[in-house]
Amino acid sequence: MTENQDVPILKPIRDVGIVGYGAYIPRYRLPAREVARVWKAGTGGLSIEEKAVAGLDEDVITMSIEAARNALDRADIDPSEIRAVWVGSESHPYAVKPTSTVVAESIGATPHTQAADWEFACKAGTEAMQAAIGFVGSDMAHFALAIGMDTAQGRPGDPLEYTAAAGGAAFLLGPAEISLAVIEGSYSYATDTPDFFRRAEEKYPEHGERFTGEPAYFKHITSAAETLMQAMDSSPSDFQHVIFHQPNTKFPKRVGRLLGFTDEQIKTGLLVPIIGNVYAGSSLVGLTAVLDVAEPDERILLVSYGSGAGSDAMSLRTTTLLPERRDRAPKTYDYISRRTEIDYATYARYHGKITMK
Amino acid sequence: MEISRHWRLKRQRYALIGEVCPHCQKKIFPPRDICPECSEDARTLYQFSGRGEVYSYTTVYQAPSGYEANAPYTVALVKLVEGPMLTAQLTDLGDEPIEVGMPVEMVTRKLRSDGERGMLVYGYKFRPRLIEASE
Repeated sequence: MTENQDVPILKPIRDVGIVGYGAYIPRYRLPAREVARVWKAGTGGLSIEEKAVAGLDEDVITMSIEAARNALDRADIDPSEIRAVWVGSESHPYAVKPTSTVVAESIGATPHTQAADWEFACKAGTEAMQAAIGFVGSDMAHFALAIGMDTAQGRPGDPLEYTAAAGGAAFLLGPAEISLAVIEGSYSYATDTPDFFRRAEEKYPEHGERFTGEPAYFKHITSAAETLMQAMDSSPSDFQHVIFHQPNTKFPKRVGRLLGFTDEQIKTGLLVPIIGNVYAGSSLVGLTAVLDVAEPDERILLVSYGSGAGSDAMSLRTTTLLPERRDRAPKTYDYISRRTEIDYATYARYHGKITMK
Repeated sequence: MEISRHWRLKRQRYALIGEVCPHCQKKIFPPRDICPECSEDARTLYQFSGRGEVYSYTTVYQAPSGYEANAPYTVALVKLVEGPMLTAQLTDLGDEPIEVGMPVEMVTRKLRSDGERGMLVYGYKFRPRLIEASE
């Protein structure tokens, strides 16, 4: 099999866009230097400053509900019109029992709705968005809600523990005419690449260390981004903002340069240094941070990455409806600036790392 | 196992859905189908805004069964802007001191789990208002 260089982009029959969006980042922050202190590691090359940590009473269900409510406040539509509630995560609270039904019930979308949980490591959220584009774009639904949210796991002392964080975002997709950003086209690229995985009964994931770079993150993101830009006859300079999946600070900056983007284009959506890697929500909170400040008629390129492995690339164009809608709900930085620093012991307690029996 | 009870209460617990009396317009929470003001039938559902203020509060150090993991935690009487008063946990307090009259807003959080194998119970709590402009 050869890779087809002449691939059509994913484009629905009816134009689709983002009608409302909402971020959620929990209040607590664990500085990377605190993880280094406990595990006697050096602090010279820490990949982030600090990561967001969920409180004792938070999980993917509660965080998704708040992000979804923010998206609904911005969209100002009747929630009973939502025909799909889809939550992408690798930390669904139940192994069997959907996150999405609790979210749908909480926002008033039940019972005339599809509800499902999605799973594809860090791209489960954009995957749910791709499906929502199809749902709305085929006219099966007027509105579909796609969420990417995680309370990411990292084994104590593992390099992942510095970055594995909590947060994410919700996007209400609907007809382009009433959207604050129109999705111009999208493209997905996936192969069987085992760079990171967690077996069914295991608590913490395994990763392939350096293997997570070249054949995994960089190959999939560059392939997805280049194919989409080529098919749309666009180049990096056509975009005001670009957001990549951000497992650390280095990878998204490097992949941006490889593709021909400047640090200026990456800057607004690069949140990993101050909130960590929020997995299925990682590129999506980058997008909410961009939508919080973007001007109308700006172009945004979003490229997620999920281990296992795949990338979803989307090209968006903001509309004149964006400025008034973004003020209807808390912005991404309203959550980021609400910050309470915790120490490693408190983090261990919050994350159930202290065993009581 | 109290699955049926949790299921019956889910709307009021997840989203603060109460009732409004069609006769005297009193807002009712929790829903009770009879208006406590005028004693008429009141079954019209009403979505509360979730905004209110702390009327009084206390801190629980000796938590009842099922809530031990969260102790110590603060429970408040919250007066909703629509009128009713309810009891709920406060959350996300960080280092902020709690004060009577403090503006709060509803969030849906995990209340407890029925043991390691049982269901997770979600419901309303209140936190300091994230942005004052949400008034």
